Amino acid sequence: MKKHVKKAAEAKPATKLVRGLSFQDLLLRLEEYWTRRDCILQQPYDIEVGAGTMHPETFLRVLGPDPYRVVYAQPSRRPADGRYGENPNRLYKHTQLQVILKPAPADVQDLYLESLAAVGINLKEHDIRFEEDNWESPTLGAWGIGWQVLLDGQEITQFTYFQQSGGQNLDPISVELTYGLDRIASYLQGVDNVFDVRWSETVTYRQVRLAEEQQFSAYSFDYADAASTRKQFDLAEAESARLLAAYASLKGPQKKGFPILQAYDLCLKCSHLFNLLDARGAISVTERAAMIARVRKLAIRVAAAWLEQSSGGKPDAAKVVA
Amino acid sequence: MKVKDAAAGRKSRGDFLFEIGCEEIPAGMILKASQELKALLQKQFLAHGLLEEKSADGSIETFGAPRRLVAIARGVRMRQEDVTREITGPPKSVAYDQVGEPTRAAMSFAEKQGIPVSKLSIVNTPKGEYLCAKQVVIGRPAAKILGEALPQVIQEISWPRSMYWTGAHGPRFIRPIRWIVALLDGKVIPFSFAGVEAGNHTNGHRFLGKKHLPVKSPADYEAKLKKSFVLCRPAERESKIVTEIRSLTSRGGLHTHEDAALLQLVAYLNEYPSVIIGDFDPAYLALPDEILLTVMRDHQKYFGLESRSGELASHFLAVINLPKDPKGLVRAGHERVLRARFADAQFFWRTDQKIKLGDYLPKLAAVTYESRLGSYGDKVARMRSLARWLAEQWFSGGVSQADVAGSDRAAELAKCDLVTGMVGEFPELQGVVGGLYARAQGEPEDIAWAIYDHYKPLGLDDPLPRNLTGCAVALADKLDSLVACFAVGAVPTGSSDPFALRRAAQGTVKIILERKLPLSLSAAISAAAKALKENPPRIEASEAVQKQVLDFLLERARYILRERHSFAYDEINASFAAGADDLVDAMERVAAVKAIRNMKNFVPLAASFKRIRNILEKSAAGIDKSQLAVQADLLWEPAERALYNAAQQIGGEATIKKKAKKYREALEAISGLRPAVDLFFDKVLVMVEDKNVRRNRVALLAGLLKEFSTIADFSELGGEEAK
Repeated sequence: MKKHVKKAAEAKPATKLVRGLSFQDLLLRLEEYWTRRDCILQQPYDIEVGAGTMHPETFLRVLGPDPYRVVYAQPSRRPADGRYGENPNRLYKHTQLQVILKPAPADVQDLYLESLAAVGINLKEHDIRFEEDNWESPTLGAWGIGWQVLLDGQEITQFTYFQQSGGQNLDPISVELTYGLDRIASYLQGVDNVFDVRWSETVTYRQVRLAEEQQFSAYSFDYADAASTRKQFDLAEAESARLLAAYASLKGPQKKGFPILQAYDLCLKCSHLFNLLDARGAISVTERAAMIARVRKLAIRVAAAWLEQSSGGKPDAAKVVA
Repeated sequence: MKVKDAAAGRKSRGDFLFEIGCEEIPAGMILKASQELKALLQKQFLAHGLLEEKSADGSIETFGAPRRLVAIARGVRMRQEDVTREITGPPKSVAYDQVGEPTRAAMSFAEKQGIPVSKLSIVNTPKGEYLCAKQVVIGRPAAKILGEALPQVIQEISWPRSMYWTGAHGPRFIRPIRWIVALLDGKVIPFSFAGVEAGNHTNGHRFLGKKHLPVKSPADYEAKLKKSFVLCRPAERESKIVTEIRSLTSRGGLHTHEDAALLQLVAYLNEYPSVIIGDFDPAYLALPDEILLTVMRDHQKYFGLESRSGELASHFLAVINLPKDPKGLVRAGHERVLRARFADAQFFWRTDQKIKLGDYLPKLAAVTYESRLGSYGDKVARMRSLARWLAEQWFSGGVSQADVAGSDRAAELAKCDLVTGMVGEFPELQGVVGGLYARAQGEPEDIAWAIYDHYKPLGLDDPLPRNLTGCAVALADKLDSLVACFAVGAVPTGSSDPFALRRAAQGTVKIILERKLPLSLSAAISAAAKALKENPPRIEASEAVQKQVLDFLLERARYILRERHSFAYDEINASFAAGADDLVDAMERVAAVKAIRNMKNFVPLAASFKRIRNILEKSAAGIDKSQLAVQADLLWEPAERALYNAAQQIGGEATIKKKAKKYREALEAISGLRPAVDLFFDKVLVMVEDKNVRRNRVALLAGLLKEFSTIADFSELGGEEAK
């Protein structure tokens, strides 16, 4: 009898976290998990963004009535969080895995938790909790209600029921899952320093990413030229606003095919340039609020225009709330 | 129907079980929501006659856990009682004709009530005989009523910030509702909410419990949940946590401070809480305790531990949502997180101090305090001049430890920590971090504590800054905020007080009263106004604004005297009417009034003063009372002469006592006036024909009122007994 029990225990070492998944296996497993649950697999956006939410696959797709499911990784740049690669936890660029489920299914928490099990976390052996954390992006005019998910005290995911994006009230409600891949990988592998994470079986996170951290931190804090960054911000803002004004002057069918998406790309540029100026310490507190408002204004106009355009030009499809 | 029910032997009462199954509700909101749920249910049960007024409160209990709000009600009626209603119609004389046949009036009444004329009866009323229709309203089944009421109850629970989840036309709640249990006497109360059908299945612990668990009754519900790793009652969860904390600390010779708020929080964060102990590298103990405890308590919700000698130990207690952690996996995870947090704090501690605290001052110019009021750099300049002024006032008022230069230095450094990395990371440590850095960098102890404490007191029960220099900086900060914000119209409203001016005013009053600081409020306000005018951005605080600030402060002073010192409204009003610019003095006078008001002569004397005030108001026409002087030779009635003499003698006595600040004794002396006052009103008529005599008597009374109202205006005192 005893022998039998022992055998059964030996038979399931698969769940044991011996070495934990490599960074790339973690990414692959999660992408696979979600594609099997009807998400399309998208690619990271090719413009600097501060979070996966800014990818048009989130910001624009959550608008309007059409169901959508998508998963993608998004390297996210936060210049102020850069530490020259010297801090074990803080990064100029961290990697988010973003999932959007529209509309939010009733069993979304269970689906999410199964994804943790899929990367080797035994849910019965860990302290996993959903702690209140409502998410808000002032630059995007977006907010939602939800939690940060903690794994043994470590924040690993932001779980949000989107309520508004680009100042638009959302209907249906989408759920956004944002996994902090660097943190989860560190946790799974039991390392205290993210640079010690195994990227693959033979290559470390340090080998892949350290130079980036050092150089972009140096640029953000020491080399970025405030005047020229400001100029770039103004240019991008003006070009985005020019496009939005041009769109507004068009009538009905002419609006079809108009490059609203380009106006949004320029808005994202502004957001990143603003973050850069902020990290450089080049903006005062009052100016800060004013610049955030300028970016938000673009984001809100983009959302309204996009909604109108994608609904075939129905004028009341887009109501600006914020 | 009724007969049938009885024949079937149906119970007349049953137990009610209601559970709103939810995704994780924010821990801080569960208690209030469960209290609200009780009130809402009680309202419904009473409105529909399903529970009796006197027992309803005791019959319903509500509680909650992260994934559920629960209500249990005992002895709920299964069906409303049938009610017979009597509706009075027209008088009998009108309803029947001479031969006793019903008239049109009777028929239309019967028709309106929906019963045949033959069923109408006659009632005797004081006004005579009237027609009467009796109607039996059949009680409705409770399950029907509750099926209609419960969705409304769910919707009426209020939340700080609610959400949609089924779309913009769906309901709002704090988090999505995923299941509902609604049973009366074991049977499901049918209704649905947000697409969820009420049923008889609950769910256990998210990871360890059973899903879709059938329940029959409240007792069955609690028992099954317990087996499924949910302690649905918060008291049970708290006591499990307390027991485990005790057992873990006693084993290691450790102890933890009582922390009711943290205990309640973790009890509402977990459905099946257990306590584990973890360690951290003792090297981190080199960081100040304040920082270590803030990280553990506020960021990680851990209990910090002390050794027997009272020193912080390199262990912590974490409350987890599992029965145990046999492999130590959870412990290892929490230790790892804490290590990273401490490493961050250590990084800031080191890098922040690469420059001196004072060297952060220029950076404050870039931090806006309020758009019209300039930066924190500007605020610091104003605080410095005000802190100096305060210390000078106290020094010349005989407070020998008042330190003008020290107050100036502490004010100069007080806000520097706002731009450090540590406060950026741990904003709740503002002030504390500045104080710690100042001490580590060799500032005098007194100045370091003053910086450390200058946000105090944060509430009515929060302690004051521990030294006088700290009081100077704290008052300078608060008075500047009040005068500056009022000057630009950033005045608190009922719902919004973004600059926490109420707290600032309360703190100001609390410091002055409890530290017994000699200070003229109006002078302090005008000193703040002067600093505001003389430093950039040079804002003017008009006389009217200054008066507004004074009234705002006095309003808080009244509040504190009532709430914290248990004085009555009229005691405060009486002594404030005699002046409140010096708050400490005003409070001593309030205390004297309170002490004396129950003495034999005092209440009648207060009534007499009220009478004097009325007489003076009535006789006011054409008489300038301030110019009146009593002419002793015109006092010819013995009673008025007696009052005059008594006033002279007692007035002298009271003045001496008052000068010595022996207010109670002064008031006791004044109450000795009563016999003379009573006799005067008994024997003497004030409003006599003779103009000169009348004038003289008014003068006598006016003088009396003026002289004896300098400690307190007795006419403000209500006649009722003091508590």
